[in-house]
Amino acid sequence: MRDRTFAPGRALVYLVVSLVAAAWLVPLIVVVLNSLRSNEEIAQTSMIGWPQHWAFGNYLAAWSDFCVAQTCAGIRPYMLNSALVTIPATIFSTLLGAVAGYAVSLWRFRGDSWIYGIVTLGIFLPQQMRLLPWTIVLRDTGLMNTLTGLVVIHTIQGLSFTTLFCRNYYVAVPQELIRAARIDGAGFFRIFWRIILPLSPPILVVTVIWQFTHIWNEFLYGVTFTTGQQQPVTAALIALSAAVADIPQHGVQSAAVLIAALPTLLVYLLGGKYFVRGLTAGAVK
Amino acid sequence: MTNAVVTNTGRPGPPEMVRRLPEVLAIWVPLLLSAAHLVSFSLWTIWVSFTPSTLIPVAGWVGLRNYTAVLASRNWQIAFDNLLLFGSAFVLLSLVTGLFLAILLDQRIRGENVLRSIFLYPLAVSFVVTGTVWSWLLNPGLGIEKLVHDLGWTSFKFDWLIDRDMAIWTIVVAAIWQSSGFAMALFLAGLRSVDSDLIKAAQIDGAGPVRMYRRVILPTLWPITVTVIVIQLQFAISTFDLVRALTNGGPGIATQLPALVVYDLMFQRNLLGRGAAAAVLMLLILLAVLLPYAAWRYLQRRRAAHA
Repeated sequence: MRDRTFAPGRALVYLVVSLVAAAWLVPLIVVVLNSLRSNEEIAQTSMIGWPQHWAFGNYLAAWSDFCVAQTCAGIRPYMLNSALVTIPATIFSTLLGAVAGYAVSLWRFRGDSWIYGIVTLGIFLPQQMRLLPWTIVLRDTGLMNTLTGLVVIHTIQGLSFTTLFCRNYYVAVPQELIRAARIDGAGFFRIFWRIILPLSPPILVVTVIWQFTHIWNEFLYGVTFTTGQQQPVTAALIALSAAVADIPQHGVQSAAVLIAALPTLLVYLLGGKYFVRGLTAGAVK
Repeated sequence: MTNAVVTNTGRPGPPEMVRRLPEVLAIWVPLLLSAAHLVSFSLWTIWVSFTPSTLIPVAGWVGLRNYTAVLASRNWQIAFDNLLLFGSAFVLLSLVTGLFLAILLDQRIRGENVLRSIFLYPLAVSFVVTGTVWSWLLNPGLGIEKLVHDLGWTSFKFDWLIDRDMAIWTIVVAAIWQSSGFAMALFLAGLRSVDSDLIKAAQIDGAGPVRMYRRVILPTLWPITVTVIVIQLQFAISTFDLVRALTNGGPGIATQLPALVVYDLMFQRNLLGRGAAAAVLMLLILLAVLLPYAAWRYLQRRRAAHA
């Protein structure tokens, strides 16, 4: 590359790719700038503009002041709800998926390929096919409108992805390693603990990032199975838009939207490589 | 005595069973939880779709009445037409955009990592967030149209969001922006795995860059293209959050999609039977995409195994 002289073709490549990248950043830049403009300023001009007066107060208002459905505590309680759903559900679905993936990849048992086949179908089955049964299950178990209910849903549904990710990774572990360990008297758990887990950090990072992003961003179950103070942040954002429809507060709303997006954006910035690996692993099944 | 017999045949007797219980549980509990909920929930929804259930599921049999009612409703017809338009436009355009970006990034340019991160970041953000932001940008009184008016060009018009005929295109735009990066990532991986001997041979034959892509490199991307199409279609069929945040199905019901119809029937009109029928119809649409794909994959694998 270094020895290449200037070529008009390459300049064009750079120009086009920078323009597209700039266009891709527009929505983010617009929200960031709006989150720093006062509601009045936005109302007088448009959503697209440079802040005349920096309105850092928007973030405080968004975090702890503005009102959704008669409760004026900002976005904070809903962020907490999302965290209380996402973190346990990510941990449980990843751990269970690791064990299940280990079982179907390295242990032969009756019906293993059948049950694994069914589990992976969960990747394709639309959420709408499970909405009604979940409604009834949650109601009958008293978990309707609870964060625990959402944790249960995301743990069980996440298993399709986590099992697939881990199984595809563990398939590459040499069978001889397992056989030798068994001859030495190691059982299912000891092999998992001593041999498999130490090999697992790369796939566990991929799985955790994938699950965290998906559960945090999930909306349909959140809006269907929780109301009011129990809602995760995605559902609360929609409620907020509806609540302020008459007197829009675009500065505060922009700050709220950014705060809600921040956890997954941070995860993406820190673990982008693993995020992309999850995307492509989920794709090339 | 039974114990002795069991031990003699070498079969695991009760103590062995007890000893292996934690292991059996660890193997079966997660797998069964997942598989059992998938199978029973699907059958459950299919069953409800044949019952006269309204507010709560009830037993009974109405045959295909829920299906005919859904299929005859304007709501579903608009949703289905929208899905056809949105699905094909979104898949085609995100495919072209993704491939175009992948080819650009494949030119060994500086800052490739940064650029790739920029094209992929929307995928890390919830559709509720991106839908909300796009609804601001595309709102004629607030976003791009307002900006252009303020700049002096007052006859400028860009009001797709409130135009019944064009509103579905706002969903297409937002979806392309959000998911083209995914197509790009898969295509880029494909471009990077093209056999370098193939490229060298073509170079020796004097192929220029355009011919190189058209004749040598792009034909090898067929399998990835099919995968991208299927995954994007799957996304299009189940699109819910994005529409909910961007247009909420409006104006009127102009941007209705099947997933919104299911939600509306089940939880807003309390017509569970019809809602379930609409969900099953969604599944059938999905199967119409996935089954040919599965068959194609199977044939491909078999051919690879024979080769």
